[in-house]
Amino acid sequence: MNRIKSAFENGKAFIPFVTCGDPDLETTAKVVRAAAANGADLIELGIPFSDPTAEGPVIQGANIRALSGGVTTDKIFNLVRSLRTDVKIPLAFMTYANVVFSYGAERFISTCREIGIDGLILPDLPFEEREEFLPLCRKYGVALISLIAPTSENRIAMIANEAEGFIYVVSSLGVTGMRNEINTDIGSIVKVIRENTDIPCAVGFGISTPEQAAKMSALSDGAIVGSAIIKIIEKYGRDSAPYVGEYVKSMKEAMLAQK
Amino acid sequence: MSSSRGRFGIHGGQYIPETLMNAVIELEAAYDRYKDDPDFNRELNALLNDYAGRPSRLYYAEKMTRDLGGAKIYLKREDLNHTGAHKINNVLGQALLAKRMGKTRLIAETGAGQHGVATATAAALMGMECVVFMGEEDTKRQALNVYRMKLLGSEVVPVRTGTATLKDAVSEAMREWTRRISDTHYCLGSVMGPHPFPTIVRDFQSVISREIKEQLLEKEGRLPDAVIACVGGGSNAIGSFYHFINDESVALIGCEAAGRGIDTFETAATVNTGRLGIFHGMKSYFCQDEFGQIAPVYSISAGLDYPGIGPEHAHLHDIGRAQYVPITDDEAVEAFEYLAKTEGIIPAIESAHAVAYAKKIAPTMGKDRIIVVTISGRGDKDCAAIARYRGENINE
Repeated sequence: MNRIKSAFENGKAFIPFVTCGDPDLETTAKVVRAAAANGADLIELGIPFSDPTAEGPVIQGANIRALSGGVTTDKIFNLVRSLRTDVKIPLAFMTYANVVFSYGAERFISTCREIGIDGLILPDLPFEEREEFLPLCRKYGVALISLIAPTSENRIAMIANEAEGFIYVVSSLGVTGMRNEINTDIGSIVKVIRENTDIPCAVGFGISTPEQAAKMSALSDGAIVGSAIIKIIEKYGRDSAPYVGEYVKSMKEAMLAQK
Repeated sequence: MSSSRGRFGIHGGQYIPETLMNAVIELEAAYDRYKDDPDFNRELNALLNDYAGRPSRLYYAEKMTRDLGGAKIYLKREDLNHTGAHKINNVLGQALLAKRMGKTRLIAETGAGQHGVATATAAALMGMECVVFMGEEDTKRQALNVYRMKLLGSEVVPVRTGTATLKDAVSEAMREWTRRISDTHYCLGSVMGPHPFPTIVRDFQSVISREIKEQLLEKEGRLPDAVIACVGGGSNAIGSFYHFINDESVALIGCEAAGRGIDTFETAATVNTGRLGIFHGMKSYFCQDEFGQIAPVYSISAGLDYPGIGPEHAHLHDIGRAQYVPITDDEAVEAFEYLAKTEGIIPAIESAHAVAYAKKIAPTMGKDRIIVVTISGRGDKDCAAIARYRGENINE
């Protein structure tokens, strides 16, 4: 239906996440371009929220830095407009339901289409509440991404059956953040997903090293990395773009090397 | 428009991460199974009566009535419950339910500390592990309650994110629940959050209005003309309103914390200053900016210092069945002192918001009218903060 499919056509997909406006929008633009140039297949653009209940301390910190820098939904829309002059890979927004709802769902989702956003990831919008935005997402051709968690169990088939774009497989219990080990049986979750849909699935939460990315993407169609990238941005600030680019390259290479 | 489970008009729902969905589904199934179970109710009622001290008294405030010169004022004395507030009603119910579900650990958020103390109490009684999340700002405002929770064997985690108050404590408790679900029940303290919490908490708190109705019928042979309660998330208010919702002659009045005034940014009056949104698992009214960022609210009362309101209250407001009025810090402090001097009752600063509104409307009503004011908690915990507000420094 939209560009998202193409993200999974270059081997396993590497999907980095960045919080827009951390530390400022100029840096976000440079980071996104560096990630795209170094092998990112799809980029998740976080619209910061004051109270991100699914995030660990690292991404919470990015949200606070971005909001205290004065970033708003409108400014992020403008960032995407300018990125879209040269960035061709799929882009998805990651934010919280209230950011979309409060802006006016139709105004928000129609703007996504207009500026070239392909997907919308809302961690506080489970399957049961998808009707809040799904009809508008379908109307404007924006994929409403479904999440599947280690606790989903009997719900996996139901969610997979109606999924669009790609499926975000949450690797671990808890909030976002780097983990030494991922103990969930990703393989068996993916098996149930595959029995129910042809839509690709990527694993996120807790992935930071090339080894983890290779391992998780071997079990699925891709790997999503957030906190590890935010850490780089936290460390290098306005100069972080080349470091993020280098990191993305190492992750994508490790995933491609995996047979 | 969503039509998922747990709706009050357009409000409510289950806006939570997928990780928690099976946990709330399991909770709903357990609640449906036990809510009418005779054994469960026998055990709960025994605890409410013998341990918590129910029924709480309905006290005729004769001096206050005479002083204000209008409607007859009754006080529903939830402050006399064990642990000093209405919170124990809900906590005993949820802790029993959690035990039935095989959970061994309770987590809770707390603002003023009353819900945290109640949860720590129930955990001690039932031999469960307990962790309470409390905004760091509130741990300072309510240091005594922090000590009480620790004394009861609970761990208290100061929350430093955001405004370091109640909303952040709720966020952190939700995060903790996604980390550890299998042995842990999130003992939510108000009629808020995702379904089924607003319904479960309301049902456990509805004992307040059931008793008011019986007690007033016995004393006066009739229904009250108005029931007044303070509202943060709104659990003592919905408990006070619930059995009167179908009695159209009874005015239901919720008192919101206006802080320094609803024309300032330092307010927590959600219905009066907020708008429709989605946060903490529910659709309801929230204090927020034009882009949906949740506002850093303020009130002298740590228990009402919350940017949202329970979905059933939002609905009662929409249909005009209940009225939500703002009460400022100044008015609440004045009422706190007034009730102490007039009736010898020191109310929680939260409850003082309800007393303040009763003071406003009682003189405008005839002497044949009856107002019931719910004193949701006792005010010992607030004495140091009120002294500071009046420029006096005392050691707790």
